[in-house]
Amino acid sequence: MIRLDRVSKTFPGQATPAVGDLSFEVAEGEVVVLVGPSGCGKTTTLKMINRLVEATAGTIEVAGTDITSVEAPALRQGIGYVIQRIGLFPHRTIAENIGTVPGLLGWDKNRTATRVDELIDLVGLEREMKQRYPAELSGGQQQRVGVARALAADPPVLLMDEPFGAVDPIVRSRLQDELLDLQRRVNKTIVFVTHDIDEAIKLGDRVAILNVGGVLEQYASPAEILSTPANQFVEEFLGDDRSLKRLSLTPIASVRLERGPLVDATATRSDVEATMKEHNVDWVGIGAGSRLDGWVWGREVETTAGAAKAAPFSVRLSASQSLREALDSVVSSHTGVAVVFDGDDYLGMLSIEQITRHLIQ
Amino acid sequence: MIAQADSSDAFVRWDWIWGHLDLIWEKVVEHLVLTGIALGVGLAMSLVLSGIVLRWRRTYAPITWATGIAYSIPSLALFAFLVPITGFTILTAQIGLVSYTLLILIRNIVAGIDGVDPAVREAAVGMGYSRRRLFFRIELPLALPVIIAGLRIAGVTTIGLVTVTALIGQGGVGFFILRGLNRFFSTEIVLGTLLSVILAVSLDLALLGAERVLTPWSRRQGDAS
Repeated sequence: MIRLDRVSKTFPGQATPAVGDLSFEVAEGEVVVLVGPSGCGKTTTLKMINRLVEATAGTIEVAGTDITSVEAPALRQGIGYVIQRIGLFPHRTIAENIGTVPGLLGWDKNRTATRVDELIDLVGLEREMKQRYPAELSGGQQQRVGVARALAADPPVLLMDEPFGAVDPIVRSRLQDELLDLQRRVNKTIVFVTHDIDEAIKLGDRVAILNVGGVLEQYASPAEILSTPANQFVEEFLGDDRSLKRLSLTPIASVRLERGPLVDATATRSDVEATMKEHNVDWVGIGAGSRLDGWVWGREVETTAGAAKAAPFSVRLSASQSLREALDSVVSSHTGVAVVFDGDDYLGMLSIEQITRHLIQ
Repeated sequence: MIAQADSSDAFVRWDWIWGHLDLIWEKVVEHLVLTGIALGVGLAMSLVLSGIVLRWRRTYAPITWATGIAYSIPSLALFAFLVPITGFTILTAQIGLVSYTLLILIRNIVAGIDGVDPAVREAAVGMGYSRRRLFFRIELPLALPVIIAGLRIAGVTTIGLVTVTALIGQGGVGFFILRGLNRFFSTEIVLGTLLSVILAVSLDLALLGAERVLTPWSRRQGDAS
């Protein structure tokens, strides 16, 4: 969908290029995140795609067309663009802001109005906000309007320049989730710039790690980058908690769960002791089949397991949650395991050994 | 001041005013026309000159320098200079009036457009606004509060200056001030002065009202939830 072929940019009066000889491709419907330290040319690269910055060498194609063969304004009307400081038009209402590109393209009023309503719903805003001005909205709401505005004319390509950099971490995390959810529905080709490696790992189908001067150090899926960094630069850029990041990318479903030290309610004290010895633990879970009622300390079982006072598992995970969340549950529970449920059905449990084994594989 | 209708040396003779309402109306209209032309032409010229400044920054210093000189010439002297060339005409009056508006208007237009948030500009260009469209649809409307602030100052100044053009046969309500001075007739001096002040205040309020109507968005700042 987007192809950069040996693209360079040298700004006037500068000896070294901001971006030098950069080539990569973005497939249709893919989210590619450009990430790197400041001065790595990630924003310059993004802006060359919609010609806010003109490349000094090389060719860029969007949907098979050389971008220099189209007038810049026409090219840009066909590419969604979201920036960190949003840049909503303060003198226009939310509806008018969202309808900007349809207006430039000469859509009729009804078509634009229908589309604006669609987008307001899509990004999760209230329709009553349509007649308000941007200054009346919170930062998170404004960024949703920014995304809606970029999607207005349904462009196949979306360029996003640190769109969530200016909001607080809680709102940022929510906007990231919303973007992923939105992408599942609209399926755009997205190029996303950030300096935050965690954001890159969370959002990208592929991540391009750039070094100063626009040098592409690695271009691969987040999982591949985390498990096999191409070089020392990438390794350092990923940081010391690389393993934790990998865990956050892996859903619990991808690991084989164990049933764990489980007994049914009628189990006697000697049954319980045998089970504990087998699993090398000092507690047992009480349940059968797809039921798991709770757990007890083995030393508190006097007659049968069911007669002892069982404690519930305080955290129940679902298979779609990440191994990182499972690890968090493991280290914060008395039992040292994370229990996984599908609704009310018990699926199995995870211990720290299983998580470690997954990382070492 | 207490008017005494039948005394010829009263400070304000109301009977004279009642007897000359037609003439007063005519001069008020003339005053407004002179002011309107000066502000209209001044604004048009300022927009063009500001456009040049915004496109080629190095022209800003010479343009403010030239309009600053024009602004500092005493109006009396300027009209005295122009009369031998352009005569006792409306053109003479307007050359003076227009040149006094330029400095204020150009400065405010340039400051207003410079004050537009760069993020707004980047977003607009990034969505495919041409340069021209950006200027007229985004930059100019957003600069409007600052431009109108300049227009208010220029307007009040111009209303006052129009009275001076009475010296070259124009002048609007300045006609009464000049004739009153020549005839030692206080009624006309007071009338001309008061009318000029009323016109200035009215114009200022009208422009303020226009700003409120044209920029509804600027009053709704800062109450984000």
